[in-house]
Amino acid sequence: MPLSLAIIVVVLPLVMFLFLGLVGVKMGRKITGVIGVLAMLVDTILAYGVALTYFFGSGEGQIVDGVRQAVVVANPAWLSFTDTLVVRMGVLVDPIAAMMLVVITTVSLMVHLYSLGYMSDHDGNAEKGFQRYYAFLALFTFSMLGLVVATNIFQIFVFFEMVGLSSYLLIGFYYSTPAANHANKKAFIVTRLADLFFLLGIMILSFYTKTFDFEQLVFGPTMSGSLETAQSAISTTGGATFLGCSVVAWALTFIFIGGAGKSAMYPLHIWLPDAMEGPTPVSALIHAATMVVAGVFLVARLFPLYVLVQGAMNVILVVGAFTAFYAAAIACTQSDIKRALAFSTISQIAFMMTSLAVSSNNNSLIEIHHGYGLGYMASMFHLFTHAMFKALLFLCAGAIIHAVHSNENDKMHGLHKFMPITSICFLIGCLAIAGIPPFAGFFSKDEILVAAYQRGLGWGLWMSMVACMTAFYMFRIYYLIFFWKKHEVHDEHHAPKDQPWTMTVPLIILAAISCVAGFVPFHDLVTWDGKALHTALDWTVAGSSVAVALLGIGLATIMYRKENPLPERMANSMRGLWTASYKRFYMDELYQFITHKVIFQGICVPIAWFDRHIIDGFFNLLANTTNSVSYGIRRMQSGSIQAYVYFYLIGALLLAAITMVCVLF
Amino acid sequence: MESLGNIILYFIVAIAIIAFSLLTVTTRKILRSATYLLFVLFATAIIYFQMDYQFLGAVQIAVYAGGIMVLFVFAIMLTQKPGQDADALASHRRWLGLSAALGGVALCGYGLFSYAGFARRVLSSDVDVTMEKIGQFLLSTDKFGYLLPFEAISVLLLACIIGGVVIARRR
Amino acid sequence: MDLTLFMYLIPSLIMFGCGVYGFITRKNMIAIMISLELMLNSVDINFVVFNRYLFPGQMDGMFFSLFAIAIAAAETALVLAIIINVFRIAKNVDINQITKLKF
Repeated sequence: MPLSLAIIVVVLPLVMFLFLGLVGVKMGRKITGVIGVLAMLVDTILAYGVALTYFFGSGEGQIVDGVRQAVVVANPAWLSFTDTLVVRMGVLVDPIAAMMLVVITTVSLMVHLYSLGYMSDHDGNAEKGFQRYYAFLALFTFSMLGLVVATNIFQIFVFFEMVGLSSYLLIGFYYSTPAANHANKKAFIVTRLADLFFLLGIMILSFYTKTFDFEQLVFGPTMSGSLETAQSAISTTGGATFLGCSVVAWALTFIFIGGAGKSAMYPLHIWLPDAMEGPTPVSALIHAATMVVAGVFLVARLFPLYVLVQGAMNVILVVGAFTAFYAAAIACTQSDIKRALAFSTISQIAFMMTSLAVSSNNNSLIEIHHGYGLGYMASMFHLFTHAMFKALLFLCAGAIIHAVHSNENDKMHGLHKFMPITSICFLIGCLAIAGIPPFAGFFSKDEILVAAYQRGLGWGLWMSMVACMTAFYMFRIYYLIFFWKKHEVHDEHHAPKDQPWTMTVPLIILAAISCVAGFVPFHDLVTWDGKALHTALDWTVAGSSVAVALLGIGLATIMYRKENPLPERMANSMRGLWTASYKRFYMDELYQFITHKVIFQGICVPIAWFDRHIIDGFFNLLANTTNSVSYGIRRMQSGSIQAYVYFYLIGALLLAAITMVCVLF
Repeated sequence: MESLGNIILYFIVAIAIIAFSLLTVTTRKILRSATYLLFVLFATAIIYFQMDYQFLGAVQIAVYAGGIMVLFVFAIMLTQKPGQDADALASHRRWLGLSAALGGVALCGYGLFSYAGFARRVLSSDVDVTMEKIGQFLLSTDKFGYLLPFEAISVLLLACIIGGVVIARRR
Repeated sequence: MDLTLFMYLIPSLIMFGCGVYGFITRKNMIAIMISLELMLNSVDINFVVFNRYLFPGQMDGMFFSLFAIAIAAAETALVLAIIINVFRIAKNVDINQITKLKF
C-alpha cells in the first residue's frame, strides 16, 4: 500500500464534512450517521494500511542505515511570503505521525459508531442536529489528521486553530443550554489566548531561522530527528538574546504555552473540565484521546530543538510535573464522573509532558542504561495507550450517563448488576490507567517512571506518587459507580441496563485494545531519531510502580468498596483540604477574580466609560445638533410650491439687491 | 413725436393692463379672474399691434385669448361649483404675497429708473415685418433662422397632445 | 410726447408683480395657473418691446415671444389636464388640500 494514501486519509473526513454538512440535512438522520461511520471505517482501514506500510513495509527507503526516515508524501506551497519563507500544506509520514493516524482514526471510528446509539433516545430515534453532529465530528477528524501530518510549523498552527474551532462547535453542540455556551466560549477563549503565544513563538522562530519547515528545523538531510540540524537552526539566530534568554528559548517557551493551552496544562487547564458539557462521545474523542494531546505532539515534533534549549525544557518539566499532581489531587474528590475523568486526563497528559521533558539534561539526551531519548518514546507510548483506555473510560461513562441520566455519582452506585459489560470494560480501563500488568498503561507508565528516575530520584518519586493517586482516584470512581451500595431502582421499566450494540461494541473493541496495546514494540518503532531503542523491563521500577498502583487500589477498595463512613470521616478530618480539592483549588474563582475584578473593573470599565461618554458623546453631540437644527428648519421643506416660489423670489431679489449695491459703491 | 391717437391708445392699454392685472389676482370669483386675464391678453395684443407686429398680435389673440382661455374656462367649469367664492385670504399669506410682489416691483422699478438709459429711447419708425419675412425666418437654416426651434416646438406640441390625452383619459 | 421704451416696461412690470402676488396667495390651482399666465405674458411683452425699440432690424424677440406663446399653450393644456385629473381623485383643486403624496 503506497504511503501517498495518507493524503486520502487526511482529505476523506473533509469530504465527509462537506457532504454531511451540506447534503446531510436533506437526508434522514440515521442514514447520515451510517454514512459517516462507513466513511470513517474506510478511513481507518486506509490509515492502518499506511501505518503498517510505514512501519513494517519494505521499500520507499524508509529505513536507511537503521534509521527510520520521515517521508514527505506531498508538500505543495500554500502561501509564499518571500523566496525562502514559504508556507506549505503537506503530508509528512514519520513514526509519530503514523502512530497518530492510527490513534485518531481508531478513536474517531469508535466514537462515530458509539454516537449512533448515544445521540439517540431510548427508542432509537436520532436527536435533533444529528447531521450537524456527524459533520462536526468529520471536521474535527480532518483537522486533527491535518495537524499530525503537518510538514511545517505553520501548518500545525492552522490545524491547531481548526481543532480549536471544531472543539468549540462540538462542546456547544447543545447550544440551547447556557452551560454549554459558557463552556465552549471558555474553551475557545482560553485556547485562543494560548494560541496567541504559539503564534508569537512561530513568528520569532521563523524570523530568525527563515523557515517553517520541520525538514530544516529538526529533520535534516537524513529525514529523522537530528540534533545537528536543530543546532544549525539555532545557530542561525546568531545567539540573539532577549531579557537574558536566547530568542530560541523564548520562541520554544511560547510554542509550549500554545501547546499547554490545548493540552490543558496548569494554569491553562480551566477550560477542559467545563468542556465536559459537550456530548460524552465528543469528550472521549476530543477532550481525552486526541485534541488534548496536540500539545504533547507539538513538543514531540520539535523535540530536538527542545533538547538543545534546556530552559524551555525545564519550564515544561516543572509545569508538567506540577500539573500531574495538581489534577490528580482534584480528581480524588470530584463527584461528577466526567469531571473526574477530565482531571484524570489532565494528569495523564501532564505525565506525557513530563516524560518528554525528563529525557534530556544539560543540552544532551540522558543515557544511563537504556539508550537515548527513552522519555520521548515513553511519552508517545503513553499517548497511544492513554488515548485507547481513556476513550474507553469516557465511552463507558457515556453509557452510564445515558442509562441513568445524570453525571453525579451519587445517582449511580451499585450499577454492576445492571450493566455488567460496561462494568467490566470500565474495570479494564481502570486497571490500564492504574498500571497493572499486562494492561496497556503498565508498559507505558513504567517507561515514563524509568525515564523520570533517570533524570533524578526526586522526579521519579514524585511521578510514582502521582501514579499511586491515579490508581486511587480511578478505583474510587469505579467503586462509587458500580458498587458502594445497592442501586435504587425507581421504575422497573427504566432500570439501567447495558446499552445497544452500537454503544457496547466500541467499548469491547477499545477494552481489547487496552489489554494488548502494551505489547506493541514501540521502542523499535517510535523514537525521536528513528533508531530502534534497546530497552529492557527495569524490574525495580516496574515492581515499585505495580506496588504503588496496588497501594492506591487497595486504599480505594478499603474506602469505597462498600458503603462505610470512612470517606466521610476522612473528608471531615481534612475539611479544608477536601473542600479546596473539590473546588479545584479555587482556580476558576481566581480567574474570575482576575478577569472580573482586576481586568474588567480596573481596565475595561474605565475604557468603556471613556468610549461611551467621551467618544460616543462627541458623536452624539454632532448627531443631536444636526438633528435639532434639522427639526428647526424642516418646515422649510413643506412641499408647498408657493413657499418655494416665495423663497426663490426673495433669494433672487436679494441677489439683485446685492449686485446693485456692489455696482453703486 | 407720436400721433395723438397712438398716445391715447397707449394710455388706455396701459391703464387696462394695470387695472385688469390687479383685478385678476384680487377677485374672489375664479371665472371673473379668467375673464380679466382675457382682457389683459387683449390689451397685450394691442401693444403688439402698436409695435407693428401684426402677426404676433394675431397669434396672441388666436392662441392665447382663443385657445388657452377656452381651456381655462372649461377647467373652471369642470372643477368649480357655480357662484362659489374663493375663501378670504389669510392675512399672513397676503403679506407674504405682497412683500414678494412689491419687493420685486420696487427693486426692478428702481433699477429701471436709475440705470436704464436705453429705456428713454423712442420708437424708430417703419420697420417692415411682413408675413413673407416671418415665414422665411421660421423655415430658414441660416443665421437668425428658426427652423430648429420650430421643429422642436412641433415635437413638443405632439408630446403635449399625447400627454394630455393620456392624462385626461378616463381609466 | 414720445412713447418711450420705459412706458411699456412699467405696465409689464406691474403685471409681473400681480402674477407673483397671485401665485403666492392663491389656493385654487387654476387661479395659480392664471397668475402664471400673467407672468408669462409680461415677459412676452418685454421681449417684444425690447426687440422693437433696441434692435428694430431683427426679429429675435418676436420669435421668442412666438415660441413662448406656443409653449405656454402646450403647458397650460397639460397642466389643466392634470388639474382635472387631480380633481377627479381628490374632488378638490385646493393646493393645500392635495397632500396625499406628502410624507
